[in-house]
Amino acid sequence: MTEVRDELVKKRYASERRFRFYGAAALALTALFLAILLVDIVARGLPAFTEKTVALDVKVDPAEIDPAQLAGGNYDKLVKDAFRAEFPQVTGRAERKALGALLSTGGGDALRQMVVADPALIGKTVSVPVLLGADAGIYLQGMLTDLTTVAGKATLNIARLEGEEGYVLSGDTSGESAEQQLGLTAGQVVRFKGGALRVTGMQNGYVRAEAILPPELPVITLPAGQWDSLTFSVPESNRRISDAQAVWLEDLKSEGRIQTSFAWRFFESGDSREPELAGIRGALVGSLLTVAVALALALPLGIAAAVYLEEFAPKNKLTDLIEVNINNLAAVPSIIFGLLGLAVFLNFFGLPRSAPVVGGLVLALLVLPTIIIASRAALKAVPPSITEAALGVGASKQQAVFQHVLPLALPGIMTGTILGLARAFGETAPLLMIGMIAFIADIPQGFTSAATVLPVQVFLWSDLPEIAFKSKTAAAIMVLLVVLFALNAVAIYLRKRFDRRW
Amino acid sequence: MFLWTVLLIVLMSAIAYVAGRSRAAGLVVADGPRLHSLPSYHGLLVAAGAMLGGLALAILSALVLGTQSVVTPAAAVIGAAIAAVPLYSRSAADFRARNAFERVVLVVLVACSAVAVLTTIGIVFSVLFETMIFFRSVSPIEFLFGSHWSPTGTPASFGLIPLLVGTLLITVIAIAVAGPLGLLSAIYMAEYASPRLRNVLKPVLEILAGIPTVVLGFFAALTVAPLIRRTGEAIGLDVASESALAAGLVMGMMIVPLISSLSDDIINAVPQSLRDGSYAMGATKSETIKRVVLPAALPGIVSAFMLAISRAVGETMIVVMAAGLAANLSINPLDAVTTITVQIATLLVGDQEFDSPKTLSAFALGFVLFFFTLALNYIALRIVQKYREQYD
Repeated sequence: MTEVRDELVKKRYASERRFRFYGAAALALTALFLAILLVDIVARGLPAFTEKTVALDVKVDPAEIDPAQLAGGNYDKLVKDAFRAEFPQVTGRAERKALGALLSTGGGDALRQMVVADPALIGKTVSVPVLLGADAGIYLQGMLTDLTTVAGKATLNIARLEGEEGYVLSGDTSGESAEQQLGLTAGQVVRFKGGALRVTGMQNGYVRAEAILPPELPVITLPAGQWDSLTFSVPESNRRISDAQAVWLEDLKSEGRIQTSFAWRFFESGDSREPELAGIRGALVGSLLTVAVALALALPLGIAAAVYLEEFAPKNKLTDLIEVNINNLAAVPSIIFGLLGLAVFLNFFGLPRSAPVVGGLVLALLVLPTIIIASRAALKAVPPSITEAALGVGASKQQAVFQHVLPLALPGIMTGTILGLARAFGETAPLLMIGMIAFIADIPQGFTSAATVLPVQVFLWSDLPEIAFKSKTAAAIMVLLVVLFALNAVAIYLRKRFDRRW
Repeated sequence: MFLWTVLLIVLMSAIAYVAGRSRAAGLVVADGPRLHSLPSYHGLLVAAGAMLGGLALAILSALVLGTQSVVTPAAAVIGAAIAAVPLYSRSAADFRARNAFERVVLVVLVACSAVAVLTTIGIVFSVLFETMIFFRSVSPIEFLFGSHWSPTGTPASFGLIPLLVGTLLITVIAIAVAGPLGLLSAIYMAEYASPRLRNVLKPVLEILAGIPTVVLGFFAALTVAPLIRRTGEAIGLDVASESALAAGLVMGMMIVPLISSLSDDIINAVPQSLRDGSYAMGATKSETIKRVVLPAALPGIVSAFMLAISRAVGETMIVVMAAGLAANLSINPLDAVTTITVQIATLLVGDQEFDSPKTLSAFALGFVLFFFTLALNYIALRIVQKYREQYD
């Protein structure tokens, strides 16, 4: 008998441990998901907070700048010319174009600012940090391809083949084959001062190569250490930076000309088609305007409705109807509010599309139920003795509510409101419906100018094919999350600070 | 003009308050009759009159002449004066200004509460109106039972079934993830976790609940979907790059905090005496939970699941970013399917012509979505009301 019972108890205890483990595992899985999510976003987003510039000595040519219109000068040309002057051996049209493509289309902006600030610079040569293009930036951050650079260990002889395209590479005249001596395989790039070749294959004990940057002399001998072999993990056809561009960038890098700095631009400029120039300033301002409208409408409406329903409403059908309504509205999908905004505010009232005021109206209706429910809970938490004491000394019901109950409930109401605000700040779907999804490069100037908001900016960028925009998207998400966490922290602080047990 | 109107109304109300208050204060004379209301109530009443009068006439003029008209601020001033002057001249020592003002306040409070009702009415009518127009060109039978959805095709076809199946497929995946995870987390938090552990775990769930869905959509599209695709290919499965599984999984994780926090509250509401009774019979903790606590909490848990389903059905951004656009009629979680919300979003983003069935169909979908979620919420509410055990 006892053995059977012991068996049973053992089994029951095992099942107890199993059950407990399932619960802990569920929580651990959820926490793990959150951790992976946050780490993934941060890892993707961090590169977007830095930008790569190349230090150039630019001669500010007076011919390109009209002193009466300093800002209108052709600074991009000055900068591009200065950049091309760094590589005098690059002469071909296509090569020059590829070289120019390394710079951002906004590369002249820094120079423009300097000259506008100090017109005396015209005619002088100034050192300016010039912004590199998005692809170059991403290449330098190592996100396009892995690169292994090995310094050449043997003497390298390069000879241009007469009559046909290409070069042959050989080592010294010892017995080993060129392949073994040089350690080169097909696809590798040989870089030396004044040129670069790509290895195409082996032939008759020689290494064959084609020119990326053709050297001037037909025959060159390079002792060990004077040349490098570069191995890219991603073949040229699968990346947006060609071998030639990569060699130029590597040259600049080894000269220490590439600088990495914090990308203030990301916070200071609006949206752009060029990833390296795009910023979130416009979206942030749009978000602030939109949420301000939503708050200005939803807070007074929500508090008034909560006060009425909690303190004054008679128990009747109408009150029931309003209460059921509010609870239902809280669970209506947010996209439905977008349909409402589109049909009523845009179509019926003819308010402007894409405007923060319409977005604010829609978000106000969206968060109104949340604020009402939170405010009612806060009002309910104030004990009736407060009201009774006020009534007892001759206050009217309204005096009791507005002068005694409401101030005591205010911290709770504020906590609920901030949480509602955080929800409004992160809301995307209804704003797509009312046209806040347009490409807007300017910083919105007011409540009726076309704008977009931060979550919609995230959505817009995430759709773009460029790799650089993916990391911009993650960076914008990081900013969004920081704002939301800050709002939540304020709410938690308020709850802790003013929490009152009656 | 808008700013001017607001400023003028505020200014007029302030003037009205000061004037009304000082006039009432002037009524107080030694040995005279005492004021019924404090002077400030006289002021507030006149100010409320000015504000409401100004607002009324300003809105009227804006509706008649348009919002940009210079007449609007002038109308606000005239309206404020018309409403405030009689109230101002009425003030006397026995005038019950406080009672009058409190009646005004009450009316304002009722009006504010009515905004929620107006919103619902606005939603129903705006969606219903456009849906009716839509049904003029596409028959409701074809819409509800058609098995082909291609609003931009020629000829366009508007069959709801593929969208409904896609929506349900993703919802089922989401609930299959969120249901067990959420419920087990809630049980662990409520029954096993020490207060210290609770203080750590609760914020984790709250952070997850507070992450905007556009962020989860980005994660689903860029990290989860490629991962599932690679895993599938490694074991020889053909996985669409925008599989329902990726969207469903991430949506499930989004819903975990919802189910967990609702269930947590419900489990905590089960009285301790039930547990103590079970322990006294020699039951282990898990047996008590499975046989006593969960059955007692079942109505609440079912209603939590209903709310979670309604949330999953109405979720937009995750599916817009991670699910497909093509309406495939499939219940394979590795295929790309589309959902009602995806179609609403894609149909209404960009330029719209309000007379084309393509745009109007989005409103018909909104109509379906609204009543679907409304029904789920109603069922959830009824379950709780009907089966709730009253313990104290």
